[in-house]
Amino acid sequence: MERYILPEIPNYHTLEVYEQHGGYGALKKALGMKPEEVTDEVKKSDLRGRGGACFPTGLKWTFMPKQTTKPKYLCVNGDESEPGTFKDRQIFELNPHMLIEGTVIACYAMGIMTAYIYIRGEYGKWVKLVQKALDDAYAKNYVGQNILSSGFSTNIVLHKGAGAYICGEESALMNSLEGQRGYPRVKPPFPAQNGVWGCPTTINNVETICNAPLIINKGWEWYSKIGAPKHPGPILVGISGHVNKPGVYEVATGELLTDLIYRYAGGIPGDKKIKALIPGGSSTMILRGESIEGVRMDADSLKTAGSSVGTAGMIVMDEDTDLIRVVARIAKFYYHESCGQCTPCREGTGWLWKILKRFETGTAQETDIDLLMDIANNIEGNTICALGDAAAWPVQSMIRRFRDEFEKRVSKAPSVTRTAVPVAS
Amino acid sequence: MLTEENLAKAEEIRKRYPVAQAALLPVLWIAQEQEGWISEEMMRYVGKLLDLPFGHVLGVVTFYSMYNSKKLGKYHIEVCTNVSCMLRGSDKILETIEHRCGVKPGQTSADGKWTVSEVECMGACGGAPMLSIGEEYYEDLTPEKTEKILSSLK
Repeated sequence: MERYILPEIPNYHTLEVYEQHGGYGALKKALGMKPEEVTDEVKKSDLRGRGGACFPTGLKWTFMPKQTTKPKYLCVNGDESEPGTFKDRQIFELNPHMLIEGTVIACYAMGIMTAYIYIRGEYGKWVKLVQKALDDAYAKNYVGQNILSSGFSTNIVLHKGAGAYICGEESALMNSLEGQRGYPRVKPPFPAQNGVWGCPTTINNVETICNAPLIINKGWEWYSKIGAPKHPGPILVGISGHVNKPGVYEVATGELLTDLIYRYAGGIPGDKKIKALIPGGSSTMILRGESIEGVRMDADSLKTAGSSVGTAGMIVMDEDTDLIRVVARIAKFYYHESCGQCTPCREGTGWLWKILKRFETGTAQETDIDLLMDIANNIEGNTICALGDAAAWPVQSMIRRFRDEFEKRVSKAPSVTRTAVPVAS
Repeated sequence: MLTEENLAKAEEIRKRYPVAQAALLPVLWIAQEQEGWISEEMMRYVGKLLDLPFGHVLGVVTFYSMYNSKKLGKYHIEVCTNVSCMLRGSDKILETIEHRCGVKPGQTSADGKWTVSEVECMGACGGAPMLSIGEEYYEDLTPEKTEKILSSLK
């Protein structure tokens, strides 16, 4: 497939080269359309969000109220922090103008006069690259007042995070933007009604926004024919772990996972077998290596296989991998990143990690397997945001699909009486 | 206290948002870039600047892992040990650093040269294992490459 989001064109990140290849043409075209026509085009394209939830983007845009006295806002989510995910960084570095063009198009479609691009704090270097591109775009009046003499004005502000995975959750991102701790909010009210500063807000992922210029340029019919019918378009797949050529690959949705691993990422070092695969970032359910045959990188196929697309950040594990260590490390991550608002998540994530450490060190009891499952089940669905679910799913799926790994690690010593769960420190 | 130049920057940033509180994260970044860390005195100062109670500023500083409320060494080495890095040998990278710098994660060396931290996913999984020093990412590490990087820092 031709590459659209990460094209192989030298210096594409500069405004000059971007323009030479038709850059900002989609913006010009969009400004000649009615805003609702732009939204309609995106809606018909069947573009789904690339941040993890696969929500239909055009539909999300229609949630924004047309008649409102309040200002409306767009937040572009570049807080990319899900382990195994490293695609947005490529966009910041190699194609920042497509992000800016898409942001202005989205603002025009929804009648928004201010957009914030929230980029994780660790990407300080990339914030500067995007800022440079943004300054250039302002200088050419692609952003700012009376854009290209259309009468439409919108401003884009870059906002740097400061190290908190939770701020990738849309309502936590809004709180963070407001200068608060990154605590997720209870929904409803939803952001389109009551978002940042109590105003109608739409939050879209960086990669999602980059699809807007493509759709406007080439039309929804063209776009909807790329890849999987119900989840079309180009998608950036990050492949890491035990592969010969880890990296970000732009493919059409619906690519076979085995093709991604063997054709794109060069297979497994030492031609080892795949023991397990995390298909879309650490929160997606782990799959057994032998079960990925025929599974494709799209929402339906991965759902059928018992997992999800998530952020399309695949983590490949070869036959020698200690999966208990993997799941313990993932659990530690969620324990570290829990914001602490909801008791099941704040306490439960720590319990999961500590019990998994028992398996890692060989001090676990047989009953600890069910205890883990019980804790995970009591976190899932019982928290304000999806971090609780994200912490539960890897543990649940690991026990369901690799129970033998846990059983092998149970202590041979006679069982001792102790408290059911350790206290999280 | 922010320098005059940084104070002007902070005022400029404040104008980008409809509410002063929203400038808190960016202004804290300016403060940290100026001082290397954020002292209690600085938190009180920033609070006054943006008309926020000290408790709010303290709450924000301690919530976000990148704000340092303690002084760090000259070089802050952050090593990712999350899954993708772990699968590709981040243990050995961390060991190399601990050995070379003589400190464990979370500690600063006695001479004030190194602070070592174990961090969560930095979004560089394709270049695992990785570390960062300041805003610079170092990817596709081996123990030898790590040694070289550390040796180059005077």
